[in-house]
Amino acid sequence: MKNLLSAADLSVAEIDSVLDLAEEMAEVQSRPIKKLPALRGRTVVNLFFEDSTRTRSSFELAGKWLSADVINVSAKGSSVSKGESLRDTVLTIAAMGVDAMVIRHPASGAPAQAAAWTGIPVINAGDGTHEHPTQALLDAYAIRNHLRRGNHDDLAGARIAIVGDITHSRVARSNVALLRTLGAQVIMVAPPTLLPSGVDTWGVEISNDLDAVIDSVDIAMMLRVQRERMSGGYFPTPREYTVGYGLTRERLAAMKPGAAICHPGPMNRGLEISADAADAASSLILDQVAAGVAVRMSVLYHLLGGEEETT
Amino acid sequence: MSVPPPSTEPASSARTVLDADEIARTVTRMAHEILEANHGAEQLVLLGIPTRGVPLAERIGAAIGQVESRAPRIGQLDITMYRDDLRNQPTRTVGRTRLPGDIDDATVLLVDDVLFSGRTVAAALDALKDIGRPRAVRLAVLVDRGHRQLPIRADHVGKNLPTATGERVHVRFAETDGSTEVAIERPGDGTGA
Repeated sequence: MKNLLSAADLSVAEIDSVLDLAEEMAEVQSRPIKKLPALRGRTVVNLFFEDSTRTRSSFELAGKWLSADVINVSAKGSSVSKGESLRDTVLTIAAMGVDAMVIRHPASGAPAQAAAWTGIPVINAGDGTHEHPTQALLDAYAIRNHLRRGNHDDLAGARIAIVGDITHSRVARSNVALLRTLGAQVIMVAPPTLLPSGVDTWGVEISNDLDAVIDSVDIAMMLRVQRERMSGGYFPTPREYTVGYGLTRERLAAMKPGAAICHPGPMNRGLEISADAADAASSLILDQVAAGVAVRMSVLYHLLGGEEETT
Repeated sequence: MSVPPPSTEPASSARTVLDADEIARTVTRMAHEILEANHGAEQLVLLGIPTRGVPLAERIGAAIGQVESRAPRIGQLDITMYRDDLRNQPTRTVGRTRLPGDIDDATVLLVDDVLFSGRTVAAALDALKDIGRPRAVRLAVLVDRGHRQLPIRADHVGKNLPTATGERVHVRFAETDGSTEVAIERPGDGTGA
């Protein structure tokens, strides 16, 4: 692995390798001294052009727990706010001699561009509405652990519904790619206005009726309604969205025994997910957050833990 | 019928130094030595270093259990992330670390198959330091082949095996390799590089 730009680039073997190592990293998280020396002397830059709590914090912790030096650059308070271009910002950071960049950017494709400009390893931490591969990896990790607790082997054959704002969701795109690689059955559930054009080519089932599928899925992955990316007109009112596509108390009750709930966060409680569902025993939402650091440690090790590229 | 996994080197290309029976006798002797040195198995924790330190630790632990009323606690300690040569090799697969409970104030016996440069053991000591504070740390190896690069020695040695630096020592256990033996391969033997 040289970069992690898209979940679609990962083979089954690579995904398994990342998830298996994440299990070992999770064990390290439980120790009093949460530190391994594997990336001592390496420097990782978190370059965030969009707000983030979970992803930025977990990448920072992941780097630090592997003994890398981590610096954070956010658009606010950097020369980006003076009008510096993405290319100049990326090249400036690369010229300082960093070993890897973790990039979040509102433009789809920005991390891939940065990788092409600099040649150093780049991890996509979310680019526009395109992809968020480490989120898909940690979702797969949390789901895999849940399924194994229920004596399933892995995700192959699991039925997973991804519900809500598919159009604006990079999490959905990465999850579809990753889950399909792992052999899961994926169902997209959304109002027609929130299904992107071309979704019929993704190789997934599509439904506009959550009630018709909720009782047959192993996992309901609820997506955040991204009001900051919407220019209006996608659904009449928030209340109407909840009635059609929210994980309400009634739909929670309709889920089959052993089924679980995911949400990439942050949640709009009462909109796409009810408090009952968010706080239910079958909710994996906090497991997903906990998995975030372990999975990102694993990704950083896979990218930086071996010999340095001499190009 | 289970087919043993093919080992990377055919055993026939090398000279067998210890066969399965000799290894069993060696392990039994080491178990007695360990018990004598530690005044029993109370407070003794065996940590095998993957890959082949793990089956060796299990064999020594089982041999101790046959002598004492209770077997010592057995776990494994992966040292991949603590290696000082991570950057010089392709990304290494990380093994598992499994601790059999708290190691604080226990006597930890690190178990590995071959003691060579000593760097693996040095890494294991670093790894232990991050996990807890044992009362004492000891080292047991099946084969000491010499050529130390660090001031490290084993407390319990199955066999001292003088070797040339170009030779390769292969320890095989049925659990990991399908057969049990210690073999020594000279440069130019077999297909191994």
